[in-house]
Amino acid sequence: MTSDTPARRRLRVFSRRRGVPSRARRRLGAAVRMLAALALAGGVYTAFAPGAFADEPKQLSATAQEGKQLYDNSCISCHGRDGQGVEDRGPSLIGVGSASVEFQVGTGRMPMTRQEAQAEQKKPQFDKNQVKQLGQYIQELGGGPQLPAGELVENLEDNPEAIARGGELFRVNCTSCHGFGGGGGALSSGKFAPALHDATPEEMYAAMLSGPQNMPVFGDNQLTPEEKREIITYITLQLQEDKDPGGLFNLGRYGPSTEGVAIFLVGITLLVFTSLWIAGKS
Amino acid sequence: MKRRTGKADLQQAPVTFAKGVDERFQASTPLRALLNKVFPDHWSFLLGEIALFSFIILLLTGVFLTLFFDPSMTETAYQGAYPALRGTEMSQAYASSLHLSFEVRGGLFMRQMHHWAALLFMAAIVVHMARIFFTGAYRKPREINWVIGMALFLLGFLAGFTGYSLPDDGLSGTGLRIASAIMLSIPVVGTWVSASIFGGEFPGHLIIGRFYIAHVLLIPGGLLALISVHLGLVFKQKHTQWPGPMRTNTNVVGERMFPRYALKQGGFFMAVFGTVALLAGLFQINPIWLFGPYRAAEVSSASQPDWYVMFMDGLVRLMPNWQIYIGDYSIPPLFWPAVVGLGFFTTAPMAWPWLEARKTGDKRIHNLLERPRDNPERTGIGAMAFTFFIVATISGANDVIADKFHISLNAMTWGGRIGLIVLPALAYYLSVRICLGLQQHDREVLAHGVETGIIRRLPNGQFVEVHQPLGPVDDHGHPLPLEYGGWVVPKKMNRVGALGPAVKGFFYPVEKPSEAPVSPGMPPVSGDTREEITSGRK
Repeated sequence: MTSDTPARRRLRVFSRRRGVPSRARRRLGAAVRMLAALALAGGVYTAFAPGAFADEPKQLSATAQEGKQLYDNSCISCHGRDGQGVEDRGPSLIGVGSASVEFQVGTGRMPMTRQEAQAEQKKPQFDKNQVKQLGQYIQELGGGPQLPAGELVENLEDNPEAIARGGELFRVNCTSCHGFGGGGGALSSGKFAPALHDATPEEMYAAMLSGPQNMPVFGDNQLTPEEKREIITYITLQLQEDKDPGGLFNLGRYGPSTEGVAIFLVGITLLVFTSLWIAGKS
Repeated sequence: MKRRTGKADLQQAPVTFAKGVDERFQASTPLRALLNKVFPDHWSFLLGEIALFSFIILLLTGVFLTLFFDPSMTETAYQGAYPALRGTEMSQAYASSLHLSFEVRGGLFMRQMHHWAALLFMAAIVVHMARIFFTGAYRKPREINWVIGMALFLLGFLAGFTGYSLPDDGLSGTGLRIASAIMLSIPVVGTWVSASIFGGEFPGHLIIGRFYIAHVLLIPGGLLALISVHLGLVFKQKHTQWPGPMRTNTNVVGERMFPRYALKQGGFFMAVFGTVALLAGLFQINPIWLFGPYRAAEVSSASQPDWYVMFMDGLVRLMPNWQIYIGDYSIPPLFWPAVVGLGFFTTAPMAWPWLEARKTGDKRIHNLLERPRDNPERTGIGAMAFTFFIVATISGANDVIADKFHISLNAMTWGGRIGLIVLPALAYYLSVRICLGLQQHDREVLAHGVETGIIRRLPNGQFVEVHQPLGPVDDHGHPLPLEYGGWVVPKKMNRVGALGPAVKGFFYPVEKPSEAPVSPGMPPVSGDTREEITSGRK
């Protein structure tokens, strides 16, 4: 860039009008500006940042204290002290909320057996009460989404359209991974969307709120609490009730893949034996 | 005719009737030829009949379905019996499919029978084709029937796909979307092909009506015509038969059309019908109510085509993403498996009979079949083709397999890619070796006789196994070599009469078991002469 670009000229004009300040004055000015900027940044930070750490140990309720005990015994090795996370082992739990804890621990996914693509559901290590205590601890530690109180399945007598609306929302939001029949599906590299056959309303609500494992978060601005309840209504009252009018066996509702297996294992096998029998009659 | 009494002569009635018919239509000579036509009898000759009977079931159930199905894409709000879709906007086609499933008496059963019969039709075609291939039944003079058989598979493929698309549910629409993508992938003409079939941009509002007329009229018409020619040729050229005693290349040994063969076929039709009905009653198929109406934004994991299309889907899933750019144009990777692959793998096998004849220089007429082991080369190539087909088909469902067997989906894809190349070659090698081994064993038995399981020790201490020669022996007691006939060779002593024949009967014996021959010197041990073995103390 040459010195007579319009910008440079304007700058020169600007400074000439003010006069050249002394060196000391320039330094003082720089220091003052720096201080002001720091104060502004700090002020904005303190105004907006959550003050969770300030006086955390004293505020824990009795339930959370119990939860902390459990946490320090069973979770701390991967999630670190005060849920801050350990690199390459476990993520920070600040802000995940009790919904996340109740889903992950309540379904036995946490504590994990080993590090792998995704935690498998297994027999829960903690009872319901302990899960609540752990959830309370994590909630008080960093806040986050919580399960709402009240019934999570809509009453079809009061709200008969809930099941159809829930089905519609299910197909828009959930089937791409969990499948039309809720039988689950594969994701890349060993990850998967689990089957919904034995999911309880609380688990499903917590999963939508917290987005566990590879599931996206469906926050209340994406699916309102009512819409979440409608989806749960569809899954519990339609998919889980095993309403298969088409026969005794639903072939897992996996679609044409198991139907193809069935036509060979049942249809062709039966008929080949029949043809052996018929041709053998002489 | 002689006695004109008041009472009609019942015994004479059929005779007079048949005479009347013959006087009018001159039917007795062709009918006699037809009813006396001889069909060879073997279980594997009944596999094609499964396809034929499934087709009849498809026609019968299909007619029922057309009475209630409305092939219209007009949007309507569902107000039917299924609560979980009530109030949902959907096409008339989907709404009428739901009505058919839930409100028409027996409708769901008929729909399921139709779908199961379609799967069975295609499965029977493939199994029948395997029988034809591995036994060399397609050789001269039957090459054209092989080509027609392949064409029947292709038409069945189209019939299945159009039928799959008709209910306009979520799965149908996903299939149509893929079909449209496949059409679009064709260089130069792709856009026009898709636009002319869908009547504009996918999905448009015409496709269900067009597929409907193809599914209920054009394709079944084609199938019916080809099946008639197929069976007509079997009639004209006569059925092949296995080699064996009394069977030559110029005769047919078997049962007359009437009454035995016709009765058996009638019974087998009942069995096929029963099996399809059993499947339709026990196994739920294509639960369209779960899939919801088709929306372009909705898709499900584990969206698969029916099994006979799955090999193409598998090839698409295994294809690496190699996009070819030529100037401003590009050929998407989808083109290779879905258009080139499907086209090649369904039409190239049509040329096989001539390719084989050219390679072997064999221009003779063959009415006798070959056992798979007697032509290891062909069996190897067939095993290769089927392995390829099976790997591709399994890959078409690789996401379901990955999920249910806890395998990484990426591993399934790579396993499929490697398997598609390595396993057919391995299958070829293994089946050729197995064929040669089986042949070798047959030749051994012909040369040395059946193994008796009796070991004899010679005076010099050597052990030898005693063989039962199958034919005459020379002066030293060594069997004279027997000619290899390409048919079953007895391998066990009870096949050459060492044991009485097996007692007949399916669930309980229908005949008294024959008494085992008793040697006069060694009376059989009966229960009361046995002494209880005790410790000796009382």
